[in-house]
Amino acid sequence: MSDTAVQMQEQQMDGYTTEDGRKIGGVMMDLRSITLRFGGVVAIQDITFDIRQGEIRAIIGPNGAGKSSMLNVISGFYQPQEGEVWFLGKKRPTMRPYQVARQGIARTFQNIALFEGMTVLDNIMTGRLNFMKTGWLAQSIWLGSAKKEEAINRQKVEEIIDFLEIQTIRKTPVGRLPYGLKKRVELARALAAEPDLLLLDEPMAGMNVEEKEDMSRFILDVNDEFGTTIALIEHDMGVVMDLSDRVVVMDYGKKIGDGTPGEVRNNEEVIAAYLGVAHE
Amino acid sequence: MFYREAGDFKTSYDADSQTFPIAFDRYRYWVVLAVAFLVIPFVINDYWANALLVPFLIYAIAAIGLNILTGYCGQVSLGTGAFMAVGAYACYKLMTAFPDISILIHIILAGGITALVGAAFGLPSLRIKGFYLAVATLAAQFFLVWLFNKVPWFYNNSASGQISAPERFVFGIPVTGPNTEAWAMYLICLVFVTGSAIIARNMTRGSMGRKWMAIRDMDIAAEIIGVNPLRAKLSAFAVSSFFIGISGALFFAVYLGAVEVGEVFGINKSFLVLFMVIIGGLGSIFGAFAGAAFLVCLPVVLKLIGVDLLGWPPDLVAHFQLVIIGLMIMFFLIKEPHGLAQLWRVAKEKLRLWPFPY
Amino acid sequence: MSADFLYGIEVVLNGLMAGVMYALVALGFVLIFKASGIFNFAQGVMALFAALTLVGIMEGQVPFSHLINEIFGTEIHHFGWHVPALLAISLTLLVMVAFAWAVQRFLFKHLVGQEPIILFMATIGLAYFLEGFGDLMWGSNIKTLNLGLPQGGSRVIEDMTAKLGGDDFYGFFIDKLDMVATLVAIVLVLSLICFSQYTKQGRAMRAVADDHQAALSVGISLNFIWILVWSLAGLVALVAGVMWGAKSGVQFSLSLIALKALPVLMLGGFTSIPGAIVGGLIIGVGEKLFEYTIGPMVGGATENWFAYVLALMFLVFRPQGLFGEKIIERV
Repeated sequence: MSDTAVQMQEQQMDGYTTEDGRKIGGVMMDLRSITLRFGGVVAIQDITFDIRQGEIRAIIGPNGAGKSSMLNVISGFYQPQEGEVWFLGKKRPTMRPYQVARQGIARTFQNIALFEGMTVLDNIMTGRLNFMKTGWLAQSIWLGSAKKEEAINRQKVEEIIDFLEIQTIRKTPVGRLPYGLKKRVELARALAAEPDLLLLDEPMAGMNVEEKEDMSRFILDVNDEFGTTIALIEHDMGVVMDLSDRVVVMDYGKKIGDGTPGEVRNNEEVIAAYLGVAHE
Repeated sequence: MFYREAGDFKTSYDADSQTFPIAFDRYRYWVVLAVAFLVIPFVINDYWANALLVPFLIYAIAAIGLNILTGYCGQVSLGTGAFMAVGAYACYKLMTAFPDISILIHIILAGGITALVGAAFGLPSLRIKGFYLAVATLAAQFFLVWLFNKVPWFYNNSASGQISAPERFVFGIPVTGPNTEAWAMYLICLVFVTGSAIIARNMTRGSMGRKWMAIRDMDIAAEIIGVNPLRAKLSAFAVSSFFIGISGALFFAVYLGAVEVGEVFGINKSFLVLFMVIIGGLGSIFGAFAGAAFLVCLPVVLKLIGVDLLGWPPDLVAHFQLVIIGLMIMFFLIKEPHGLAQLWRVAKEKLRLWPFPY
Repeated sequence: MSADFLYGIEVVLNGLMAGVMYALVALGFVLIFKASGIFNFAQGVMALFAALTLVGIMEGQVPFSHLINEIFGTEIHHFGWHVPALLAISLTLLVMVAFAWAVQRFLFKHLVGQEPIILFMATIGLAYFLEGFGDLMWGSNIKTLNLGLPQGGSRVIEDMTAKLGGDDFYGFFIDKLDMVATLVAIVLVLSLICFSQYTKQGRAMRAVADDHQAALSVGISLNFIWILVWSLAGLVALVAGVMWGAKSGVQFSLSLIALKALPVLMLGGFTSIPGAIVGGLIIGVGEKLFEYTIGPMVGGATENWFAYVLALMFLVFRPQGLFGEKIIERV
């Protein structure tokens, strides 16, 4: 970490306000000395960084750096061999992914992981599962509580559908949608869970300029309107520099940069990792 | 002309998610129910009941059950025959142990017991997936059939190893035993079918159904967004076994009257119900009915043609039945792997436009 | 050594040989599954059909005689000739190749890219079809298969081992037919392994098993390989049918062998030839030992289900079987 960044952290432990008036809070997710191994391969080596409440944190790095694995550790799919995950000031014990989801962490996936056999509406409704509490008995009779709960959650889902402008494809089976729309539906599903922390794995992959602008707008709106903290993996440097408050750079499983976009851009190690080093 | 959605606006989310969004379908549904409950009991005779209607209704319940497990939740099971046996034997033990309680309660309890057994045998599904799971359910199939054969407590120590249903009455009318009339058999099965279909429909369109389908489509993603895979899979096994158990109890008590477990609930039964679900269409309640109807009617039709029409000896006709059923299964899988339900859906789509071409 | 212990060894030996037979049937499955991802439930019925055809040809039966007699009112049953065993076996092999071609052309060509459960159901449909077809063609009564293979307990072994126990030990009872079957199976397995490793076609087969697209791109004809694989499976089915049929007669229960092969495959993994063999041996020995030791306490007939429960327990601890490829799931 550069000196300025350390200084910044020490000064602003309890949150600060950015230049454009957004409020950034205290540390929400703290990853301490995480090491993740698959047999002999070390995917993540002793990485420490944090994510603050309300910020947009980018995780960047060349292919194979371990970024997706990092997201998988955060969402509880992989258990690191060493290190600790601290969430909202408390050390997180070993949990199954669905328990992590219930804590308020939602995500999208690099290769779309939608439920292809269901419609768009049903897919987004699965994002509401943690809010739907009626038991099997009430559901089998479908009177009163089950019906009401379905309608309430449907309402919330419709709000998200409006927000992401996907009204016309509500009842379309997801398998039939083009790639760009699938990505939007996946975002909708993640938003439906009303997460405190939203993890986005390459949300702009495979998109053209217009689609990227749309997606960037959605991400900023989500952060602005709902106050959701966002961590995203992204390859498009323009997007990263424009959107994020802070950036973590990974290469070969190690952390080689951590700070504001401006700092990271000028970091020599980062430049070397992306562009290669000239051999004399 | 008459099959249209235009102008039929839904003004509540509730109306939007109803089972039959098109008005014509709704009327058709009520008409079918009216005919089933009010007309058929008066015109039915023994032959129609025994050969077609009663087995159709009973298999429909089993197919609904298996559809929930395999079609909605994606867990392949080849143990349906054995679970039907569990329902049958549970019903038998309850009937003989508590002769004063109504058989309707016994049947529902038998379903409940089968649900517990089904959930227990569903535990391996947490570790084993796909094909391997299908073969693992065979362990349940063979073990349970052996168990019911070997342990005398199950068949009340009778000398023959068979179980037979004692005579029982509902509102004073015999529904089991030799004095049962065709319409009584039919009606009691119809009541259970209607109830099962409604409950199954409600469960599959709510959050339970969504959890099951999420597990089916991508179980890892499902877990990451918050679905507890243990509860989802076990609940699928439990609910599915509940229906299969009821169908087994009805099959034994009402339809056959007496059962020898190896013959009736063997692996061929498991395959039969699985065929019904696949030919009817995975993930569709209507498909369960369509598949059951198809596989109940086909052998009867073939027998009518072969024995009655052409006068061939029954064993020759039996061979032909195998050939034709095999051919039909292969044909269906090639032409329409999503089953009769898909054909029906496509037909309805065309009907929505009729008489216009597009 | 006590007589009980010696009887135990006899059970193990018999179990090993039964295991070889299971492995033989499982081999047919592995061949097809490796090359095309299809789990061929019809393998058992193929064994039955092959045996029926062999007997039919040898005895000079008229195919479809029952049907022909019914339609035309005739009374023909036999051609009147007897075909020598070797020629009959070659002819039966030709029939199985024709069957392989037909299955490829009319069934699986149209099911390319379908999900495994659909393919599996198609093979169940095929099994039903083939069963009925075989019955129509050759009749469904039990046939005896007389190939001149040695039968009955081996006196030589009995005498040799009688000395090991006390006075009331009669020596190991090992059926000569079982020994022949074991030998044949070993020869078959070895030749299959050699074929797959050292010949051009064998290599092509392994390429197809690995990746269809890649195999196509180097010029391998998928169709040809699939027909080859199904023919090989037909050969294996024929051998299995002959061995089982010589032992207990050619009848419907032969097709139930397919069901027994399933736990073997669960144990050994669906894609491994050595796995099929090891799995078969484990199941064979396990079954017989369990029936011998625990069977009498629970009323016997545990062989109906023990193999499955054993395989199930293995799977819970090792979901891909002993030799199968480990399934790594990524998001």
